[in-house]
Amino acid sequence: MSLIKTCFDRLAREHRKALITFITAGDPNPEVTVPLLHGLVAAGADVLELGIPFSDPMAEGPVIQAACERALAHGMTLHKVLEQAAEFRKQDQTTPLILMGYLNPIETTGYDQFAKAAVKSGVDGVILVDLPFEEAEEMMAIFKAQDIDLIWLVAPTTPPARIAKISPFASGFSYCVSRRGVTGESQLDVNAIAEQVDAIRESIRLPIAVGFGINDAASAQAVSNVADGVVVGSAIVKRLVDSHDPEVAGQEAFMLVREMRAGMDRGVEAKLLEDWNLCVQNQLPKKISPLE
Amino acid sequence: MQNLPDARGHFGRYGGRFVAETLMQPLADLTATYERCAHDPAFLEELNNDLHDFVGRPSPLYFAKRWTAHFGGARIYLKREDLNHTGAHKINNAVGQALVAKYMGKTRIIAETGAGQHGVATATVAARMGLECVIYMGVEDMRRQASNVQRMELLGARVVGVSSGTKTLKDALNEAMRDWVTNIENTFYIIGTAAGPHPYPMMVRDFQAVIGREAREQILEKEGRLPDALIACIGGGSNAIGLFHPFIHDHDVALYGVEAAGRGLETGEHAASLVAGKPGVLHGNRTYLLSDDDGQILGTHSISAGLDYPGVGPEHAWLKDTGRAHYVTITDDEALKAFHDLTRLEGIIPALESSHALAYATKLAPTMRADQVIVLGLSGRGDKDMATVFEANE
Repeated sequence: MSLIKTCFDRLAREHRKALITFITAGDPNPEVTVPLLHGLVAAGADVLELGIPFSDPMAEGPVIQAACERALAHGMTLHKVLEQAAEFRKQDQTTPLILMGYLNPIETTGYDQFAKAAVKSGVDGVILVDLPFEEAEEMMAIFKAQDIDLIWLVAPTTPPARIAKISPFASGFSYCVSRRGVTGESQLDVNAIAEQVDAIRESIRLPIAVGFGINDAASAQAVSNVADGVVVGSAIVKRLVDSHDPEVAGQEAFMLVREMRAGMDRGVEAKLLEDWNLCVQNQLPKKISPLE
Repeated sequence: MQNLPDARGHFGRYGGRFVAETLMQPLADLTATYERCAHDPAFLEELNNDLHDFVGRPSPLYFAKRWTAHFGGARIYLKREDLNHTGAHKINNAVGQALVAKYMGKTRIIAETGAGQHGVATATVAARMGLECVIYMGVEDMRRQASNVQRMELLGARVVGVSSGTKTLKDALNEAMRDWVTNIENTFYIIGTAAGPHPYPMMVRDFQAVIGREAREQILEKEGRLPDALIACIGGGSNAIGLFHPFIHDHDVALYGVEAAGRGLETGEHAASLVAGKPGVLHGNRTYLLSDDDGQILGTHSISAGLDYPGVGPEHAWLKDTGRAHYVTITDDEALKAFHDLTRLEGIIPALESSHALAYATKLAPTMRADQVIVLGLSGRGDKDMATVFEANE
């Protein structure tokens, strides 16, 4: 069974929500990437997304664009990202690791070669921002053979009929994009997100994680109340400090992840208490109206 | 040859729609609207009126007599897109897409620009229709095409400098895409070249094909037969595909696309994606790209900002693979020489982009007979390039 499924199943049993954290491989510098991944897990991340740096990250806001530029300036390549994944996997055999990036580096490497190398490096899933399912037939066959989850995004502009078309290809979890636009922080409309999550649930029977714009404990808690997980990227990347000492580089980011974890778990506790109260109230004898 | 692209926007293995999920449905909606427009007599009438009265079409097909005599060989005709309103072929497409935007009820127009010609054309149509307009332009290009920045601002557009990546056209395109994905409700993105996600390569080609349709009619009138060869410069390739497309089924007409060899292909400082690149995916389509062994997109160089782009329209990629069109290169120095030659021989100051096509003509024509005919796409005028040309002469 894939680590992604094992992870979401366990969280569901515990009535908890997945905290999915993103950093760009090689940012702020390549030496700290693997220590940062371990640190994020220690701080409370359930699933890790590792960004493959790309020269033209069209869907990213300024924070992750800058992260890509820093990583490339340090000589990062897809091959080096896979080496970092393998290095991480040596010490952690349970936390799902997902690579996120753009198609061209993978197309240049070759789908088959990439998929085999990814499995060998302990990668569980891949998100390709600029690859819609219509263009992914060949890749899906190869990934399926290698048992790698290809994770699809669902956007606010994706109508129900299109969600239904994505559904047969969905694996791992469903990534719900919270709003129109690029990655980065912003105000979120939790009611709209809840509606979107419901629309996805109509067709896709997988855990649903919401990403884009989640930037603090409060937004992580609010969104996790209506979904199975939250993805946090820019807010973490922004807090990384350019240092070769992983403790210094990651300190602020870890604090943020810890706060988010605490907020999300508090949210679950509050929800459980609410459910319990409702349940108890339903058991009480109904009040008798004075007119009767 | 079949009619391409197919329903999903493919030209053979090229083209397609490689974008973030947020853009998939909007692109499908745009495709449906465009296809309705393309068959709507009212839309076509409005487009033709705009091309005639606002752009100034048809553009002349001019016999370059002294140029032909000077270099010898085939007779050279220039398709004078430099005489269009705003000074280049870009306006043909901007007028067309602006009409589609109007039919879709959009109130805001965005565009990317390299040399600034597409930005000026877009700002022009936006001004004429009273629409808000934002143009993305690399800060490096803003420096070398300063007069076009002023023109756009005069026309009421906001020019946003892009300082990410290589600070040129490709980065401006990234930034325009980011704007579009954010403001998709009210915004129409007028892509300037025959590249990007489907339906753009098809739509831009269709709007530019007026160049080839007119040229075909005009050469039949003047010479009583089709030309032996067509020559056009290629950055993204919109003027070339516009000239070529109505001749694609005429197998006796040779097609030559001229890419920028910059300081020389061997230096790596060029923009010849078809000649020196390999297939990959960028900016929404699969096509030939200049990228490194890791799939990172490379910086490019050309003296002409309009050719300074690491990709190319997918239909050209397909025409290359099928062998229907030939793709060749011209260096900065060769283009500069042709720029001066045409100016002195014919009294026409060409754009540096078009000068690449002219330079190739000086190589091709002498290998042909005097009774043979070449039609060359003179895509734009050179006023915008004065500073660059004088800088190069120093």
